[in-house]
Amino acid sequence: MLSVEGLAVARGGIAVLEGVTFRLAAGRALILRGPNGVGKTTLLRTIAGLQPALEGSVSVPAEAMAYAAHADGLKAALTVEENLRFWAAIHGTREVEQALAGMDLLALRDRRAANLSAGQKRRLGLARLLVTGRAVWLLDEPTVSLDAASVALFAGVVRGHLAGGGAVLAATHIDLGLAEAEVLDLSPFRAKAPAAGGRRGDFDEAFA
Amino acid sequence: MWALLTRDLRLAMRAGGGFGLGLAFFLLVAVLVPLGVGPEGGMLGRIAPGILWVGALLACLLSLDRIFALDFEDGSLDLLATSPMPLEAVVAVKAFAHWLVTGLPLTVAAPVLAVLLNLPVEGYGWLVLSLLLGTPALSVIGAFGAALVVGVKRGGLLLSLLVLPLYVPTLIFGAEAVKRGAAGQAVDVPLLLLAAITLGAGAMLPFAAAAAIRVNLR
Repeated sequence: MLSVEGLAVARGGIAVLEGVTFRLAAGRALILRGPNGVGKTTLLRTIAGLQPALEGSVSVPAEAMAYAAHADGLKAALTVEENLRFWAAIHGTREVEQALAGMDLLALRDRRAANLSAGQKRRLGLARLLVTGRAVWLLDEPTVSLDAASVALFAGVVRGHLAGGGAVLAATHIDLGLAEAEVLDLSPFRAKAPAAGGRRGDFDEAFA
Repeated sequence: MWALLTRDLRLAMRAGGGFGLGLAFFLLVAVLVPLGVGPEGGMLGRIAPGILWVGALLACLLSLDRIFALDFEDGSLDLLATSPMPLEAVVAVKAFAHWLVTGLPLTVAAPVLAVLLNLPVEGYGWLVLSLLLGTPALSVIGAFGAALVVGVKRGGLLLSLLVLPLYVPTLIFGAEAVKRGAAGQAVDVPLLLLAAITLGAGAMLPFAAAAAIRVNLR
């Protein structure tokens, strides 16, 4: 479903990862691990198409990926339901009720996002994934500020998504409780530093 | 597209959304200029077209940096960029929402404020028409400028410097149309040029702005 071939990614004009290769089949989850700064977020952003790859390729069916970043993309002045309805409308889906129920937000539906706790905001941000109707979820530290019960709730949602033929690529330090997930350690793919003859990004090349 | 437009309008209307900011600024200019210039009617009437257009332009400038900066800060822009909606459409819709929240109220309020500046009666229709034709260009050009500085902390100053030169043709033709209209002369040339700027900007700048956002999101 998602196939990454020899991917090299750069952050701030300096290559951080190179030669990343993996395949993700429908119904499977892959957990990315690695120390801070190894380039997990950069890799996810590159796969999501938000930044260009230095080299290598990402092949994925068109419009199949839903990206959940550190920031949840919530509007503080809108209610929980309005936030979710907006993303559902943008993606042309209607599963707002299921998403609210799935992330245990039904009781909070009329509350403004400004008045949610950090964990509740995160739950709303993750509920957005359910209304995108997309098959491949790219998750960047999805469990930040979630309590144990919410992590278990989210693991259940992820399991449901996998069972429905979806796929999940997550960068996380915390055990999601997904025993069936494969783990990819990114440390061996770390790129050489520029001082040691490593590559630089396009931007720097153009202005060197 | 409709969802994004209604969301932006709803956000503008809610507390802290900034609706009325431009309008209040426009009102202040129109009230303070006669106090500063003095009550001599002939003089006020002569400078009224220019003052009204400068006021509308600066009022428009006030809210420009919010077009993309807020969405960038809370992460919505990343998510919109990965959504099925093309980024060009996002820019066009957000520019249109900005016009509905600033340009349109300014256009509607302008005849009332023109009274304060003693604009000759013949000029009122042309004032509204010129603002109606010209203010969409201000929003689209402004959205392009906002796209260029997205991600720059406190990018408002840079934005003003980038956008003001691009606003000059709109200002000149807009004020000229009102001036000629108030003096009973033919106004078709400045109005046509004003419409040309708006249509040209509306056709091209969403693409340029979307390209700028893609670069800035990297």
